[in-house]
Amino acid sequence: MDRLISLDLAKMSVRELNQLLHHDLPAQGAGARIDILNPNGMHNIAVGLDVPVEVDIRGHAGYFIAGMNKQARVTVHGNVGWSVAENIMSGSVRVKGCASECAAASGRGGLVVIEQDASSRCGISMKGCDIVVRGSVGHMSAFMAQAGTLIVCGDAGAGLGDSLYEAVIYVRGTIHGLGADAREEPMAMEDHARVAGLLARAGYPDDTAGFKRVASARSLYHWHADAGQEY
Amino acid sequence: MCGIVGFLARQEPLRKSLGEFIVPMLTCMGERGPDSAGLAVFSGPPADGLRRYSFYARDREFDWLTFVAEFTADTDANAEIEAVESHAILTSVADPATVHTWLSGRDLPVHLLSAGRTIDVYKDEGHPRDIARRYSFTALVGTHAVGHTRMATESAVSPAHAHPFTAGEDFCLVHNGSLSNPYSIRRRLEKKGVRFETDNDTEAACRFLEWRMREGDSLEQALELGFEELDGFYTLLMATSDKLVLVRDAFACKPAVVAETDQYVAISSEYRALAHLPGVKDARIFEPVPEQIYSWTA
Repeated sequence: MDRLISLDLAKMSVRELNQLLHHDLPAQGAGARIDILNPNGMHNIAVGLDVPVEVDIRGHAGYFIAGMNKQARVTVHGNVGWSVAENIMSGSVRVKGCASECAAASGRGGLVVIEQDASSRCGISMKGCDIVVRGSVGHMSAFMAQAGTLIVCGDAGAGLGDSLYEAVIYVRGTIHGLGADAREEPMAMEDHARVAGLLARAGYPDDTAGFKRVASARSLYHWHADAGQEY
Repeated sequence: MCGIVGFLARQEPLRKSLGEFIVPMLTCMGERGPDSAGLAVFSGPPADGLRRYSFYARDREFDWLTFVAEFTADTDANAEIEAVESHAILTSVADPATVHTWLSGRDLPVHLLSAGRTIDVYKDEGHPRDIARRYSFTALVGTHAVGHTRMATESAVSPAHAHPFTAGEDFCLVHNGSLSNPYSIRRRLEKKGVRFETDNDTEAACRFLEWRMREGDSLEQALELGFEELDGFYTLLMATSDKLVLVRDAFACKPAVVAETDQYVAISSEYRALAHLPGVKDARIFEPVPEQIYSWTA
């Protein structure tokens, strides 16, 4: 059984907390479970971790939670503000409540799970991470997303997948408008397997029927002098 | 960046502590806006026929007693004044036109911040924490309040450029964001006789909405038109004598979060300004969606 370390943000600063997670914790070796109390909407909690630990943030948290995460498995027992798990590299970040804008922005690897809704720009510029949103996502989600998978079990707001590269989006609910160069494509067997696998990893062993695939039409990949430049 | 806060007390006991709720929120949002701040507080209407006028004087030693004596002598209207340093609230039967005419005819270093039956407005330069202390915001009572912490990006740092902006009576607005067409709105309104006091973009939004309300629109109808006419980024929090109203533009890149309980409605740019409110853990907490009008009645 891993050691349980309880850290209270009512008694220490976020900087002290993060320094402890960055330096003291890896130096001590072996596994640990970290409980972070009284996050009270503070920003930058558990940013830049690079240790295989379990971190539980007990309450609502602010911006950039678990940004640049490597290896760690971070769970927020509440809502988060902007840019949770931005630039995630590996490991996982799970939000039990809702996430505000730009969840998992630019994420390169790892898994991000939002158990309720994520607002606008979810997965913006994602570069290889996987995102599962149990609820709905807001407008301009997966804008310029380059690689990885965004799964939305609820609805998607307007402008979904605008200027999409090679990331793929799966939506079960209503899509309130696709962005430039994003298009709906038929679900192949591989798509169902991909969705099922990712949902299972996120802890939702659902039937994949009803999911729609959205991917890039690749018409923006090359500049066309004759296209009138009206996107 | 700027910070906005709002608090509406749904039950009588909380109204007595309105200042105690709003001050930690305002101070917390000082991190988003440390250069100036303002607060509008709405209390129940004063005795019949009386109006309230908030003034700001550049000079902290300004002689408010002479000010009110001259006002009374010149206008024949009874008036009382409550002053703290740069700020004073004048209570009088005089109507806004009388006050405006009197003030504009004199060369006083005094700026009229608000007019109405229920609104008091405070604005000053400096950190919100210091401004709150200077004017004893914690002692304020009322039904609802709207505050702003400013990090100026497009016009000067001055008390006049700080928010809330007001127009007409019992209406104020705070803004996080930036408008890209304030001058075209202003030119259109000036042709209709609307007068501006600053070159601040938010003043254009405030006067535009108040002009629509004078033309017969409800605030909600004015905002529907505002979605068409106001170009730029904005989270706008507005208050009238009995309402708090919140909107975000279509891009919704300026934040807002709402916590609602049976006791209160609290609004802020960031949740951390709400985290210490009583019962917030069981509150309905949500982020307003783009171009939807949220309205709460006091």
